[in-house]
Amino acid sequence: MILAIEQDASRFRQIVRGQVRQNLRKYMSNGELIGRQGRDLVSIPIPQIELPHFRFGNGQGGVGQGDGEPGTPLGPGQPGNGDGVAGDQPGAHILEVELTLEELVQMLGEELGLPRIQPRSKNHVQGETTRYTGIRRVGPEGLRHFKRTYREALKRQMVSGTYNPQRPAIIPIHDDKRYRSWKTYPRPDSNAVIIYMMDVSGSMTQRKKELVRLTAFWIDSWLKAHYKNLVTRYLVHDAAAHEVDAHTFFHVRESGGTKISSAYELCRDIIRKDYPADEWNLYAFHFSDGENFGDEDDKRCLALLKEELLPPMNLFCYGQVQGGYGRQFMETLGDVHNEKLATAKINEDGDVYSAIKTFLGKGV
Amino acid sequence: MSLSLDLLELQCVIEGYAREFGLDFFETRFEMLDYRTLNQVAAYDGFPTRYPHWRFGMEYERLSKSYAYGLHRIYEMVINTDPCYAYLLASNLRVDQKLVMAHVYGHCDFFKNNLWFAHTNRKMLDEMANHATRVRRHIERQGIDKVEAFVDTCLSLDNLIDIHAAGIRRRPHPTSETAEPESVRKLPAKEYMDQFINPPEFLAEQQRRIEAAEQARQHFPESPERDVLLFLLENAPLAHWQHDILDIIREEAYYFAPQRQTKIMNEGWAVFTHTHIMTEKAMTPDELIDYAEHHSGVVATHGGRLNPYKLGFELFRDLEDRWNRGAFGAEYEACHDYRTRKEWDKKVGLGRQKVFEVRRIYNDIGFIDEFLTEDFAREQKLFTFAYNDETENYEIASRKFQDIKRGLLFQLTNFGQPLIEVVDANYGNRGELYLMHRHVGVDLDLPFAEETLRNLYAVWMRPVYIETVVEDEGPVLFSHGADGGVRRKLD
Repeated sequence: MILAIEQDASRFRQIVRGQVRQNLRKYMSNGELIGRQGRDLVSIPIPQIELPHFRFGNGQGGVGQGDGEPGTPLGPGQPGNGDGVAGDQPGAHILEVELTLEELVQMLGEELGLPRIQPRSKNHVQGETTRYTGIRRVGPEGLRHFKRTYREALKRQMVSGTYNPQRPAIIPIHDDKRYRSWKTYPRPDSNAVIIYMMDVSGSMTQRKKELVRLTAFWIDSWLKAHYKNLVTRYLVHDAAAHEVDAHTFFHVRESGGTKISSAYELCRDIIRKDYPADEWNLYAFHFSDGENFGDEDDKRCLALLKEELLPPMNLFCYGQVQGGYGRQFMETLGDVHNEKLATAKINEDGDVYSAIKTFLGKGV
Repeated sequence: MSLSLDLLELQCVIEGYAREFGLDFFETRFEMLDYRTLNQVAAYDGFPTRYPHWRFGMEYERLSKSYAYGLHRIYEMVINTDPCYAYLLASNLRVDQKLVMAHVYGHCDFFKNNLWFAHTNRKMLDEMANHATRVRRHIERQGIDKVEAFVDTCLSLDNLIDIHAAGIRRRPHPTSETAEPESVRKLPAKEYMDQFINPPEFLAEQQRRIEAAEQARQHFPESPERDVLLFLLENAPLAHWQHDILDIIREEAYYFAPQRQTKIMNEGWAVFTHTHIMTEKAMTPDELIDYAEHHSGVVATHGGRLNPYKLGFELFRDLEDRWNRGAFGAEYEACHDYRTRKEWDKKVGLGRQKVFEVRRIYNDIGFIDEFLTEDFAREQKLFTFAYNDETENYEIASRKFQDIKRGLLFQLTNFGQPLIEVVDANYGNRGELYLMHRHVGVDLDLPFAEETLRNLYAVWMRPVYIETVVEDEGPVLFSHGADGGVRRKLD
């Protein structure tokens, strides 16, 4: 039965989503969401879903009941409003709504107008999956369906008149036994790998890494919404490149000069070795403050990109975090005209939103 | 779903007990609902049909969520109509249904007899359904967004009513149009005595006074108008459909106002009656444990909060006890010995009569003012609390009787809402609307006030003002016009 109020409830949810949407940029630069898993509920404060009234301000106190001396603290969240009797109007202040991170990510997609990233067409089936959907009369004991078996036995005993309600013992015989049966289904796999690269030269401060972290979080969340199996690899580089784990990636101490080509070479090698392009969707994100060591290395990078990295990739993104002075790597990349390449500047929290838009809006 | 035969029988029995106890109520009809439907009805403030609005959906979501988490459970709902309708939760135990029925008869008796409900529309069930139809019709013609936005606007003003409007005539009788304009009356005098008997300065002053009175009459409204919604209905430039919606919101606000004015008494009375009916008549020995558990759940206090059910119940109990013992009047008041007061017993036995009288003629504010005694406040461990900026926590502030009583009375004055009146609808001779907040020591919620003023502007369509007082700052004037809101300090 559908209740009349469902209409009002869905209208309310629509309004809430509208409000979240309006403030999406703000939520996206909220670092607190980082580290949440997909199904977790995210509490989002909604301004003024409560209708405004002329009413008394808060913090004025009121009257309560119980033990304690003057000065004894009451529990947090004691309503101090002058609205009726204290504690009599529960939940009058709904200022938070709960959304799943998934919903938020989906909203992000709708709001930014990001195209759904199409998994590469893969005609060959990559795996099989098993589901227990049926019942049969034979099978291994381990799959015996107890309820069905006893039901059959009860049926038989009732029909044959051997069931005694005074002594309701049910004893299944061989014919009563029922087993679960399974079917196999082909499972089309959509695999994707994200390779994050980050410049950890002397100028990459903690603050810059926070920006990278925030951006990477939304990229992860977004791609996870589209691929079942998402692999993430992390590379850091100064003058030489290394592969590290996620924690190290975001926390490694900065030092040394910069040679971007080292990271690109390592990236190429990893792809060649582990992720053949006909089976994997490849995404690479490179973050740097744009100070590369000399023109020579810039040229080397361009060559690597054009000839070896871009062809197998779905997308290659370069995010420049609070760029330094002098010639920046971003300008070098300006010479590359390939729709698989996207570049964005991320100078502050608010830029994360536009960076994501630039990056993923280019999805192939 | 109507009641099962078993429960109908139970209802007859409980109703009999309720009458024996002295209750007097309209015919009461119970319906059985599952928790989802009950949540819906609760979100609609007890009515099965309301006009479409998202806030009902919000309340429903909240109720459903807290039901799912096991945070609360609604056992019953009663609405003030004739016949009275009450809803029971299908999954209640039988002993719960007994308790709830006894409780419901308490409410029904209160609705029928308490004077503050005397002016409410007892056919509100139909009226609410009519409102729903009217609003739906406006939605069809104007579109949901437009109507919803206007409903939001009106709702944000819906506490600007005059809760005493039903009982007090605030506007003067209309004087007849033909009344002659007043003029200075001269005393009869011979011509040569005239300037002594009617000195010219005196006449001039009389003339000035008359003109001032005349000017005051032209002042619009003549005297401050507390029913701001009525004032808007009569004077704001509203389209027909807007007028209709504002009318609906106002009518519903007036319908619900007495419930907010009598929350402590009404709930206290219902607990008081269910306690008597259950413990003296209806409960069987094997139901004792369940009854005790649920009754104590109703009157429990959590985290130092005041529970209106408990406060009202204890006050009625105290009242009955004191009037039974004759513990009132001058002789009793003059006695200051705690022990003597405690043991005071003149065996007058007026308790039952007194509680019935009180439930008829008081509302919460009078109830507290008249019957909350120092002994009671001490026994019930009442205190006042306040926010401590240093510890960022609410703390117990005082256990002084005067503070407690003042605090409670303040919370209940004007049903807990600030007193706001229209003082001038032609402010600056430009048709602008000037409201005055009668500040009584507590500031308005300023960000909210500014938002609300914006909504008032949307109705009045000319600049609007509200004068209030801000602690540490003095009188402040907020205004809202075509260019947005302005805040100005007054001298």
